[in-house]
Amino acid sequence: MSTVTPASKGRSAGLAAKQRRQALRTAAFMSPWLIGFAVFFAYPLISTVYFSFMHYDGFGTPTWTGTRNWTYVFENYPLFWPALRNTLWLVLIMVTLRVLFGLGIGLLITKIKTGTGVFRTLFYLPYLAPPVAATMAFAFLLNPGTGPVNSILEGIGVPAPGWFNDPSWSKPALTLLALWGIGDLMVIFMAALLDVPREQYEAAELDGASAWQRFRFVTLPNISPIVMFAVVTGVIQTMQYYAQPLIAGKVASGVIQGAGTQFEPGYPDKSTLTLPQLVYNLGFQRFDYGSACVVALVLFALSMAFTGLLMRRRGGLIQAGD
Amino acid sequence: MTQVLAKPVESKAPASPAERTARRRAVLEWVGIHSLGVAAALFFTLPFVFVFLTSLMSGSQALSRDLVPRTWEWGNYAAVFDTPGFLTWWRNTLLYAGAGTVLTVVSSIPVAYALAKFRFRGRDLSLMLVISMMMLPPQVVVIPMYLFWAKQLDLSGTLWPLIIPMAFGDAFSIFLLRQFLTTIPNEYLDAARVDGCGDLRTLLRVVLPMAKPGIAAVALFQFFYAWNDYFGPQIYASENPGAWTLSYGLESFKGAHHTDWNLTMAATVLVMAPVILVFFFAQKAFVEGVTLTGVKG
Repeated sequence: MSTVTPASKGRSAGLAAKQRRQALRTAAFMSPWLIGFAVFFAYPLISTVYFSFMHYDGFGTPTWTGTRNWTYVFENYPLFWPALRNTLWLVLIMVTLRVLFGLGIGLLITKIKTGTGVFRTLFYLPYLAPPVAATMAFAFLLNPGTGPVNSILEGIGVPAPGWFNDPSWSKPALTLLALWGIGDLMVIFMAALLDVPREQYEAAELDGASAWQRFRFVTLPNISPIVMFAVVTGVIQTMQYYAQPLIAGKVASGVIQGAGTQFEPGYPDKSTLTLPQLVYNLGFQRFDYGSACVVALVLFALSMAFTGLLMRRRGGLIQAGD
Repeated sequence: MTQVLAKPVESKAPASPAERTARRRAVLEWVGIHSLGVAAALFFTLPFVFVFLTSLMSGSQALSRDLVPRTWEWGNYAAVFDTPGFLTWWRNTLLYAGAGTVLTVVSSIPVAYALAKFRFRGRDLSLMLVISMMMLPPQVVVIPMYLFWAKQLDLSGTLWPLIIPMAFGDAFSIFLLRQFLTTIPNEYLDAARVDGCGDLRTLLRVVLPMAKPGIAAVALFQFFYAWNDYFGPQIYASENPGAWTLSYGLESFKGAHHTDWNLTMAATVLVMAPVILVFFFAQKAFVEGVTLTGVKG
């Protein structure tokens, strides 16, 4: 590629013209994103900060309220802390289980020797199910009254939980849904596992290492960047977790209806609240745009903190996939 | 399977005890691994099976604990298509996914190419910003964006606020394409320049043909993203049922057919089926894309 050379001593007029041409070319190629960045990212982000200090309900003009939106969200908004606690639960349990399960399924698929292609496709398919459809399916499968899962559980004499209708079972039910759609992690782990140098296994076997020791001392060190990658992106995805908990709560509560119907998110008992739902609840149900922007900024700070973690070791993490 | 079954026959000749235990262990391992595989396969497929079976039950049977339809009601699918609005949701979804995908691909390619192959000041910063945008939940900037589209441009109740931004590059697509384009050796680009190609011609004639798998992956991800998007249509289209997409409409379908699990499941199947069909036609590109970035669209 032609390069923009750093300013050199004997810079001729022709060189300057060439540099200008190249700068122009770069700007031209980058222009879609430069506009998109300014209009759909930088401007609204600054505007979000501005609105977080304003009282605005969509009519009239925004009025300055200082930090009142902030104290409202942190001290008086009844949904904020439950949503944050749920997010913590999902990070600790759902993300962990997804990484472990993804690794397990990845290991399994590399060990399967007969019908590998069929197994791989079957394992991968649920990841493709559109989230709303998948959640709808699970709301039916797990419905406590007539759902197939509870029918089977009761048939074999296992006490059947209330799943999406029970505050202490709704997040485990969402976790089950998330484990069902493990295809993305399976593919990443499968690629990583197949990349582990074969000689290392052979050497370990010669040294008499057991299956567990081979996993612990050969497999794990080789794939640890991918494990880290899966954990961090899992956390970032949890910050965006929206359609599944919302739809699950709506369907289970039975108040689901067309446009305009108010639904207090989090059914049952705030147990499925996540931060993105609060932005919707505050902004588009309570028309308190200022407080919605406060939650948006909390979400921004959390996402950026984990993205920073992802980029700090760029060689190891963000480019781990290639 | 046949291989393993054949083994005991071959080994009729007396084998040493050590050999025999090793062989027995291999067979046991095969059986263990594949039993686990079958168990996992059941976990992944049974939900589809139950949903499909329920979609073919009569309304009253869907409310019972039966797992298999007594009569196969294929008419349920016709009933779903007859639901007012369902075909409109299909059309809207295809418009959103189709137009969005084309715009995204066209606008993201030059940016990804610049980030992969040009050297300029601010390139690393730009890449970092692209990654940050990719990781950001859409809810972070939704309030000002909504006010912008609804109050200033009066476009709420349509899908345009979701489609137009895709003409300005999508962070995830830029990142994925950039990852792909960096793998193209510079020698090809140099050769093109020696042959007198300008930058645009090099991109169109030399780079794009080589980048087809990457472009296919981006197009697929973007198509699925639009197909699956719930939050976007909820914000901008909810007030106008004429602009709903399948993912958004499916929810209200459940509302209108409160107790008709059979019809709701038939609609669910109809929302899932196209994505799965597209996947079977483009499996390779898709899996490549997942391994390339490891981040979902």
